[in-house]
Amino acid sequence: MAISAGRPTEQQGPANPLVAGLERVPVAATTLVIFGATGDLARRKLLPALYNLAHEGALPERFHLIGVARKEKAHEDYRAECEEAIRQFSRRKPDDDVLSALLANVKYVPGTFDDASAYGALGDQLQEFDEDHGEPLNRAFYLSTAPEFFPVIIDRLGTGGLAHHEHAKVRLIIEKPFGTSLQEARELNREVLGIFDETQVFRIDHYLGKETVQNMMAFRFANGMFEPLWNRNYIESIQITAAEDIGIGSRAGYYDHAGALRDLIQNHMLQLLCHVAMEPPVSFTAEEVRNEKVKVLQAVPHPTPAQVPNISVHAQYTAGHAGGEDVPGYLEEDGVAPDSTTETYAALRLEVDNWRWAGVPFYLRTGKRLARKVTEIAVTLKPVPHLAFSQEGSLGVQPNQLVLTLQPNEGVSLRLGAKIPGTRMVIRPVNMEFLYGTAFLSQSPEAYERLITDAMRGDATLFTRNDEVEAQWLICDPILKEWEHSSDPLPTYEAGSQGPAEADRLMRVGDHWRAI
Amino acid sequence: MAVDEAVWSAQGTTPDAIEGALRELLVERHAESDSYVPARVLNMIAFVDLEWMGEIANRLRGVGRYSASRLVVLAYEPRRQRLDARVMISSEREPTPGELALLHETVVVELGRRHLDDLITIVDPLVVTDMPTLLWSPHGHHDTAAPLLRLSQSVLVDSVDEPDAGEAVQRAGALAEQVYVVDLAWLRTTPWRERVAAWFDPPRKRLELAHLSAVTVRHHPESTVAAMLFVGWLASRLGWKPGAWAGEDGALRGSAHTSRQDVALRLEAAPDLLVRGLEDVTLGTAEGQSVTLARGRGGLRARARSADGGEREWTIPGASRGEGGVLGEGIRQALLRDPTYLPALEAARAMLP
Repeated sequence: MAISAGRPTEQQGPANPLVAGLERVPVAATTLVIFGATGDLARRKLLPALYNLAHEGALPERFHLIGVARKEKAHEDYRAECEEAIRQFSRRKPDDDVLSALLANVKYVPGTFDDASAYGALGDQLQEFDEDHGEPLNRAFYLSTAPEFFPVIIDRLGTGGLAHHEHAKVRLIIEKPFGTSLQEARELNREVLGIFDETQVFRIDHYLGKETVQNMMAFRFANGMFEPLWNRNYIESIQITAAEDIGIGSRAGYYDHAGALRDLIQNHMLQLLCHVAMEPPVSFTAEEVRNEKVKVLQAVPHPTPAQVPNISVHAQYTAGHAGGEDVPGYLEEDGVAPDSTTETYAALRLEVDNWRWAGVPFYLRTGKRLARKVTEIAVTLKPVPHLAFSQEGSLGVQPNQLVLTLQPNEGVSLRLGAKIPGTRMVIRPVNMEFLYGTAFLSQSPEAYERLITDAMRGDATLFTRNDEVEAQWLICDPILKEWEHSSDPLPTYEAGSQGPAEADRLMRVGDHWRAI
Repeated sequence: MAVDEAVWSAQGTTPDAIEGALRELLVERHAESDSYVPARVLNMIAFVDLEWMGEIANRLRGVGRYSASRLVVLAYEPRRQRLDARVMISSEREPTPGELALLHETVVVELGRRHLDDLITIVDPLVVTDMPTLLWSPHGHHDTAAPLLRLSQSVLVDSVDEPDAGEAVQRAGALAEQVYVVDLAWLRTTPWRERVAAWFDPPRKRLELAHLSAVTVRHHPESTVAAMLFVGWLASRLGWKPGAWAGEDGALRGSAHTSRQDVALRLEAAPDLLVRGLEDVTLGTAEGQSVTLARGRGGLRARARSADGGEREWTIPGASRGEGGVLGEGIRQALLRDPTYLPALEAARAMLP
C-alpha cells in the first residue's frame, strides 16, 4: 500500500476526472533548483533519480533543472557532468534519447551561496523558463549542500524574492542533517520558517522514502490480526537494529563530527520507532500521519543526565575481521583523528509513556563494522502464562517473536513453538516466513525518486515536520551532551563482532539482544 | 536470463507426475541452498500452438522481472496423442549467503485434441493454489481455452491481434463479463492517458475539459482498437454520450454529445508508424486552443496552441517500453484492478456501428 500514491495534491477548483485509475498521478510543471549541484549526493542520488523518473515518463510535463554551485562553468559543461553522473550511477542503463531530452532542459548558475548576484541570475533563469512556458512554473529549491550553508541559502532566497510566488508553488527541500543539536535544529527551523511557511518545507529523511518503511504502515494497519496484540498487554519488548558491516569508508569528514547517534538514531531509527508505536491515523494525509508520529515522540521521556548512563551505551570499533579480511579500527581509518572519541556504535533503551506502550522497553542499536548488515524491528511477545507439558529435552518454549526485516531481505517472520515429530511433546521454535522479494513483480523505486516526486506534488507525508525534528532532538540532545561531558573511557568492540559487551546492561532481566 | 536451471522431463506422463516433479525439484533446490526461495506471485497459463512455442518463449523472455512465478505452457498440436512435459526451475543468479535467489517455475505440457475434454483436470494440479492465475491464449483458440477461465482470475488479451476492431471490442466486452480483462491494446494507451490527464491537471486547465470540441487520434494501422479505447476513456471519464463511428476517407469519424457542445471524433491510421499503438493525439476546444502529443525521440513531443494562435513545442521525456515492456506490464496488471478500463470499453462498444 503506497501511503500517498494516487491521492492528488493541490486540489483547487473542480477535480480532474482523468486522473482516476492512473497509477502515476500528475505532477505540476516544475523547475527544480539543486544547490550543491556538483556534490556527491547530487551526482550519486539526485541526478540518477531524475533520469529514472524521466525514463518512466514520471517527470512533470514541463520540467527544468537548474544546478547551482560555486565553480564557474558553462551550461554545456554542467550538462556533460550530469550525463556522466547519470551514466555512472543510474539503476538502469540510460536511453540516449531520453537522456538528451532531459539534459536539454538543464541550466547552470554559478556562484557562492552567499552571493546575492547569483540569486539574481537564478531569478532571471527561473523567469526565462516561466516565459518559455507561458505561465509561472512551480519552483522547488533542493538544498543538497553541507548543512552550514542552509541558513545563508534560505536567507538569500528570501531577500532575493524567490521564496514565494503569487501564481506558483515554491517549495524548499532540505537534506539531512537538520541540525546537529536541539539548539541548531531550533535555530534552523526559526530561519526556515522566518522565510517559508511550513507547508512549503520538505525535510528529507530518505528512510521514509523506502518501500520497506512504508510497508510497515500497511503491515500494521491493513491486517486485523496484529493490531489487537499491538500493546503492553501482549508485547514484552521491541528491538530496532540498524547494523552495518562496513566501516566509514570515505565519509570520515562527516562521520567523525556526527557519530552513530546523530547519523542514524536521531532521525531514521526514531522514525522507525514512530512507525511501530504510532496510533492508526484517521487518514493517510501528511498532517494526520505526522500528528500521530509526533505524539509518539512526545511520549518518549527526555532523559536526565543521571539517567543517560542507564539507558544508553556508545562505543567505537577497534581492528578486527570482516568478510574474511583484516580491517582497521576506527582510529586508524583515513581522515579520523587518532584521539577521536566519536561513537561508531550507539544503543538506547527508550520508553513510550502512553496508554498503549507504558512499561514496554524499546531497544535501539546501530553501529558500523558489526557482524552483518541488517535493519530490522523485532517485536517480542509475552510468554504464554502456563505450559501444560514438560520442556525437558527441548530448546523450550520461547516467546513468539515477530521480525520485520527492512534489509537486506525485506520480509516478515514469525517465531512459533512447534512440536518436534516423535512420541514426546518436545517443543522447538520454528519460523514462518514471508519475503517481499518472492511476492511482488515490481521493483521498489529508489527512495529519492519517490521523495522528489512527492515534494514536487506537495505531498509531505514522507517528510519530517518541524515539530517532529525538534521532538527527535529533545530525546537525543541530553544523551549527546552527557556523552560529551563524560570522563569515562569510551568502550570498544572488535570490528566484525556483535558490538560492545556493555550494551547488554541496557537489557531488562530476561531480555537479550538478537544476534546480528 | 536464467543462469541456474533444474530440469525434469517425461513422455507419456500425467499431471500428478508433473506436479510431483515440481515439488521434488523444489526440495532439491532448497537442499542445495536455503537461499533458493520459490517466487509466489502469479500463475500464468499460456495456451499456444506447439509450432509457435519458440516465438512465445522469446516474447516472454522480453518481460524481464515481470515474469510470472509459475508459467504453465500448454503447447497444442491437434494430432498429438501423448502427454509430454518438461519442468524447469530456474534462478537468475547463483545463491549467495544472505541474499535470496528467487526461483521461477516453468511447466511445458505438449498436448493434443484428445486431451481438450479434460483440459481443466490437466492444468488444475499444476497451478499454485491461493495464487492469482492469468490466462493467455496468444494464438487464438479462444473457445478451446475457455474452460480454463474457471481457474483464472484474469485473462490477458491483445485486442489489436483481432482482424476486426469491432469484433475485438465485443469480444473483450464479453470476456469482461466473466473475468478481469487485461488488454494490451488498453495498456498501449497508458502513457497517452497519463499525459492527457497531466495536461488538464492544473486547476485552470481542468475547466477546459468542458470545452473540448474535437479529438483526433492517429494510430498504427492494426491498432484501431487502441484508439477506440482511448476515445472511450475520454468519453467515460468526461461523461460524453458517444454516437456511432462512420467510415470517411479511410478513417473513422464520430461524435459525442456533451452538455455544452458536440465533440468531433476522428481516428486515422498512420501508415508509417512501425510499432503498435498510437502515433499522436490532438485535443482542441471550440475557442481555438489545442494540444497535440506525438511520438518523438526520447519521449512525447507536445505542441500547444493558444486561443490567440501562439504555439509552443517541447519534449516530455520518457522511454518507449517496447512490445516486451507492454507484455510485462500486462502480466503485472493481472495483480491490479484498473477501474477505468471497463467504462472505457463500454463506451467503445457503444460507438460500434
